[in-house]
Amino acid sequence: MDKFTELTAVAAPMPEENVDTDQIIPARFLKTIKRTGLGEHLFANLRYGADGREKPDFVLNREPYRHAEILITLDNLGCGSSREHAPWALLDFGIRCVIAPSFADIFHNNCFKNGILPIQLPRETCEMLMDDARLGANAQLRVDLVQQVVVRPDGQEIAFEVDPFRRELLLEGLDDIGQTLQHGDAITTFEHGRDETKPWMPALAF
Amino acid sequence: MTARTLFDKIWHDHVVERLQDGTCILYIDRHLVHEVTSPQAFEGLRLAGRRLRRPDATIAVVDHNVPTSDRSLPIEEPESRTQIETLEHNVAEFGVPYIPLRSASQGIVHVIGPEQGISLPGMTIVCGDSHTSTHGALGALAFGIGTSEVEHVMATQTLLQKPAKNMRVTVEGELAPGVTAKDVMLAIIGKIGTAGGTGHVIEFAGSAIRGLDMAGRMTICNMSIEAGARAGMVAPDQTTFDYVRGRRFAPQGAAFDEACAYWSTLASDPNAVFDTEVELRAEDIAPNLTWGTSPEDVIPITGTIPDPATASEPGHRARLERALAYMGLEPGAEIAGTPIDVVFIGSCTNSRIEDLRSAAQVIDGRHVAPGVRALVVPGSGLVKAQAEEEGLDRVFREAGFEWREAGCSMCLGMNPDKLTPGQRCASTSNRNFEGRQGPGGRTHLLSPAMAAAAAVTGVLTDVRALTREIA
Ligand code: SF4
Repeated sequence: MDKFTELTAVAAPMPEENVDTDQIIPARFLKTIKRTGLGEHLFANLRYGADGREKPDFVLNREPYRHAEILITLDNLGCGSSREHAPWALLDFGIRCVIAPSFADIFHNNCFKNGILPIQLPRETCEMLMDDARLGANAQLRVDLVQQVVVRPDGQEIAFEVDPFRRELLLEGLDDIGQTLQHGDAITTFEHGRDETKPWMPALAF
Repeated sequence: MTARTLFDKIWHDHVVERLQDGTCILYIDRHLVHEVTSPQAFEGLRLAGRRLRRPDATIAVVDHNVPTSDRSLPIEEPESRTQIETLEHNVAEFGVPYIPLRSASQGIVHVIGPEQGISLPGMTIVCGDSHTSTHGALGALAFGIGTSEVEHVMATQTLLQKPAKNMRVTVEGELAPGVTAKDVMLAIIGKIGTAGGTGHVIEFAGSAIRGLDMAGRMTICNMSIEAGARAGMVAPDQTTFDYVRGRRFAPQGAAFDEACAYWSTLASDPNAVFDTEVELRAEDIAPNLTWGTSPEDVIPITGTIPDPATASEPGHRARLERALAYMGLEPGAEIAGTPIDVVFIGSCTNSRIEDLRSAAQVIDGRHVAPGVRALVVPGSGLVKAQAEEEGLDRVFREAGFEWREAGCSMCLGMNPDKLTPGQRCASTSNRNFEGRQGPGGRTHLLSPAMAAAAAVTGVLTDVRALTREIA
């Protein structure tokens, strides 16, 4: 996983509620066995017409948003399916940060696991940032995870909250499996305890 | 000791270690694996040279993209075939118990877990699929995870988690005739919205919930995710124990009694405090369905399609307008009588034997309306066999339904069962998002009985009109 410390980039405004993971990456693209290559299918149903051609009015088909690394939406971003293909598709397209007034739980989690920073800000702030984003290529936003601020094009700083544990992993680009395996002894002890207190717990075997 | 909820008790029982900021290492009793969200996790283990910690707590099955037509034929779509072959290769390499496509007990992961006693009360159960919440009906803590977490569970048999907030949804009273668990859950989602449960685990309680059989409780818990919750659960009781007893992987004999004694301690303490409480009266619930493209777009079958002009908030109004345009509906019109093209009875929400019986009862002696394509996709091979033993397949076939093999099928349209653009579907599944059942497809979520009523009349219909005729 790539580290996330600071990002200065174009932000794409998508003023929609409930942008679900079926929209982010429709099910027909889930047949891959890889994590990469999904960027071209990101928002496929919104981005391409039935003839496969780009819809010119979809935000990610327009300059400068083709190069957006930040995506801003309204409430409940990432609701629906748990598919991690959604953050994979965002990441493969180049998005490293998503900003919304609220997120669905699993998607929020999945973002962190893939080096994407989800930032929760009040709805009015998101709308204000979308207005900034509409100004185009010269109106880049700066996201600073060390200081925990989003910096608007006019220099105004907006503070945001982030879970300290998640922040640490992002800043270091750390894999949390490695972290947990350091607690291997505690897990083994737990398993022994469970064998004692729940001896009825069946093992699966065919 | 302070009063605790069902969720608190199961959570507490599975914490291996509490880290500095409140994040916990949570032990996982069961890990269910399917072909779509696992290949990248197995690949991750392989690349890091890690083993799978507890193959004996893990089980794999193919369900999402398998064809539900004749199983003796090879799978035509090369990508689906690759995904299935990849899973077969992975389970062999890592020693994971596996239910293959042509096994008599293959089926949707959330149907086979409870059905075979793989999922039990009091357990922590995860799967790389959001509808893992289904298993919470047993009184388990069951939730969906992403593929990175799938890999984390494979390597460590744990997850890093923070405790959720507690929500209780209480439904008191008696359900009216023709009203099912699906209608109850649609009413709940309509009331609290698709983000209403965010950050919470929902416990479903009250006399109407207690009165449901396990299939109904599973339908309710299944759609907890559509209410934004991580998980849904119902406290284990006699109905639960009777259901679990004798299932293939359930404890047997004295071990079962010992397990029951433990499971009986899990119900929320009488004075436990919930962060959020929601109450509904069972009598107020009608047969419901969705009109729009979000599971919260719920109206009773006797209702009219909402007018976006009445929405106070511009973002919300825009969403409703877009949903209306996508669904091809007029504000103010009655929903009943809307013509449909396809009927899908299936998915982990409503494909158990009880669901098929309920649909068959409405269909018996009637025929699918001209021009309507109707499918029944049983949730598992065992459900299918049971239905055939009861003669339900004949009822469906004679009425003009397609009788398919088990799988997810048209719930998400990853296999060849898809809607074509503009087609309108009465579906017993759980998601009506744009394009969910195929690009451009229009989905109305409803109960198996309501789906059956739509099939035989060719329009969205109040099932009570038909069942009254029967009675
Ligand atoms: S039936 Fe539908 S909701 Fe259930 S697991 Fe399959 S795809 Fe997911």
